[in-house]
Amino acid sequence: MTTESNLEKVLKSGSFAVTSECGPPRGADTEAIRKKGAFLKGYVDGVNVTDNQTSVVRMSSFSASLVLKEMGFDPVMQMVCRDRNRIAIQSDILGAAALGIHNLLCLSGDHQSFGDHPSAKNVFDIDSIQLIQTVKRMRDDGKFLSGEQIKGRPDIFIGCVENPFADPFDIRALRLAKKAAAGAQFVQTQCVFNVEKFSKWMEMVRDLGIHEKMYILAGITPFKSVGMARYMKTSVPGMDVPEGLIKRLNDTPKDEVADEGIKICLEIIEQVRTIKGIAGIHIMAIEWEHKVPEIIEAAGLYPRPS
Amino acid sequence: MIVANRKPFEEIMEMLKPYKKILLLGCNECVTVCSVGGAKEVAVLASEIRLSRLKNIIPVEIKEHTLERQCDPEYALSISSFVNDYEIIISMACGCGVQTIAETYREKYVVPAVNTTFMGSSEEHGVWREKCQGCGNCILDKTLGICPVTRCAKSILNGPCGGSQGGSCEINKDTPCAWQLIIDRLKQMNMMEKYLEIQPVKDWSTSRDGGPRTRIREDLRI
Ligand code: SF4
Ligand code: SF4
Repeated sequence: MTTESNLEKVLKSGSFAVTSECGPPRGADTEAIRKKGAFLKGYVDGVNVTDNQTSVVRMSSFSASLVLKEMGFDPVMQMVCRDRNRIAIQSDILGAAALGIHNLLCLSGDHQSFGDHPSAKNVFDIDSIQLIQTVKRMRDDGKFLSGEQIKGRPDIFIGCVENPFADPFDIRALRLAKKAAAGAQFVQTQCVFNVEKFSKWMEMVRDLGIHEKMYILAGITPFKSVGMARYMKTSVPGMDVPEGLIKRLNDTPKDEVADEGIKICLEIIEQVRTIKGIAGIHIMAIEWEHKVPEIIEAAGLYPRPS
Repeated sequence: MIVANRKPFEEIMEMLKPYKKILLLGCNECVTVCSVGGAKEVAVLASEIRLSRLKNIIPVEIKEHTLERQCDPEYALSISSFVNDYEIIISMACGCGVQTIAETYREKYVVPAVNTTFMGSSEEHGVWREKCQGCGNCILDKTLGICPVTRCAKSILNGPCGGSQGGSCEINKDTPCAWQLIIDRLKQMNMMEKYLEIQPVKDWSTSRDGGPRTRIREDLRI
């Protein structure tokens, strides 16, 4: 079965896919999301819309996805398990599918202690693998988790994330296998900086044959500054930034650091493209969305398949 | 066991402010074991209160008393002969004990001196960790004795999430990642095939989510 997702169409055609992301604004104004979207127009096959990332309150992923849909994008709506129980989750899936959102990315979500409301109560009624199962069940069996029949199945291309750099390393491919078995059709990985480790992970992924069961998109993030690289290394859980890259940025004259960051990013894209089983890249240029077209063009990935 | 922490002294003094005759009630069970509300801690708190009142020249009369088990109505009744000599009861038991005293002496103002925190166990001297949330449907057989409902910050049943690093949970370095522990144990026991089973969506109706729980054993009722 094929959904109406453009991302799915591109991946199925065998083209190397490119996705990026738009973080919704911290307010009710849609201008910010339109502005970010305008940079990406024509450069991506799908655009992720984050769901209160790092547990900071933002415009809902659902609403921002609709704004981007209106602009002609194929939104990849992210959904975390932190803030909704199974009732809200299934309801939002129906709502999203009803209004033309055809990609859902299933995540656990950062713990709320990282965000702006650390005193909040969390939900975690189901986990990300069970969320994948839930979407698949709703779509393929036309059933709610309760077993009751759905009238009008949600047409959703199911995505997930995996962090090859988190611990324990040796089960990270197995965990992706569980996600594939649960029904995930594509995965976007955590930002790849340590290509060597990523290649090792991909080897395990191929050994398990997961690359034949789902599309694997490597996460790519350009460094804007030395400070950002350091921050990602030390303060973001599960992030692997090799010391060599930080040194390289450090040794670059200050006014050239941003360019060097883009250069590193292009090198990483080049390297991951040669890894067997990689079906595309997912560019997360945090508050640097206007650089994404430049990266995609320089990587020789423009124009996108229509 | 139930683990608790004593409330800040200022908060306790604020609750006691208008009262001169105070009954300070400890409990000999969990709060004694975790050194927060047994006879020893009752004595310490009582002298702190007396000292503070003395400094501020406000009279106080404190009776120190520790019950065998505050969460048992039978023991709660054992203080009925002198309860009325006091204006307020401050309990150093867990929330269950405080409520039993409040239910037993409905005309009395009963306040807590501790914050009840969790059901846990002692890992080493002076260190307790949360171990169980009483979900009402134990799955420790599947996770080899390590509870992901309680010890994973996100209660993930198919972990670990992408934040697990160096054995620690993403929330802080001092909290072990439950899923790292589970996987270590699975490997040690040669049971990694269990990891591939997807744990289904949990029925939370047996836990607090299903509403306050009551246990009735007809065979034990008189
Ligand atoms: S599974 Fe439930 S009953 Fe068992 S230890 Fe965890 S919370 Fe307690
Ligand atoms: S790091 Fe481990 S314990 Fe913490 S939320 Fe993730 S899986 Fe759970």
